[in-house]
Amino acid sequence: MNQRNMLAAAFLTIVGVFLIFSMLLMHPFGEPTSQAMDQYIIDNTVEETGANNGVTSVVFDYRGFDTLGEATVLFTAVASVVMIFRRLKK
Amino acid sequence: MKGMSTIVKTIANISFPLITIYGLYVIAHGHLTPGGGFQGGAIVATGLVMLIVAHGSDWMEEHIKEHDLSIFESLGALGFIGLAFLGILMGGVFFSNFLVDTTMLFGGIPVDGAANINTGGTLPLMNFAVGLKVIAGLFAIVLVMALATSKKEEHL
Repeated sequence: MNQRNMLAAAFLTIVGVFLIFSMLLMHPFGEPTSQAMDQYIIDNTVEETGANNGVTSVVFDYRGFDTLGEATVLFTAVASVVMIFRRLKK
Repeated sequence: MKGMSTIVKTIANISFPLITIYGLYVIAHGHLTPGGGFQGGAIVATGLVMLIVAHGSDWMEEHIKEHDLSIFESLGALGFIGLAFLGILMGGVFFSNFLVDTTMLFGGIPVDGAANINTGGTLPLMNFAVGLKVIAGLFAIVLVMALATSKKEEHL
């Protein structure tokens, strides 16, 4: 029991040191490491996609492949729920 | 699931068209105002779920079959992927926005940064496809669960 407590204390110390160091290395709020991509989308989204809603132009145009995965997740969830509950319906 | 009283049914019947119109507005204006296919589809599906709660799942099963909802959801997913593959054929890149700056539907270019309902290229079409998919998908989940639990209540 004493050995387990010492193991837990060592584990907690290691995790806490890692968390404190990563907190000290964090960037200040609102100052990301690189702003090139953000500024490109802000400057060009109206001319390139013809949409005022920048979020929609990112979701369906610049990052469309990501949305395809999101739609696949929804499709799989609906298919599995319908498959399970159809057997209960009988 | 059993239906509820006449008061609840009447209020649900009155508010259902308003909820549906608001959800379709959010889908259709996805490239202009906050929102889009996912959010508007969730609003319309919520209105349909309200009808299930008010009238009961057996009443809803008489009006629309869960089998047809699966067809609608597959149509939405196929439309979304089909538009993405049309980008390869027309623009050369997967998910390329090939309708912008053409004379076709949704092909306008915003003047002075102000877009309208006829701009956006493939974005409104993809919003419609995803909206159809989300409406049918979420509604099918709730309808199937309600039908399964109502059959279980009779057995107990």
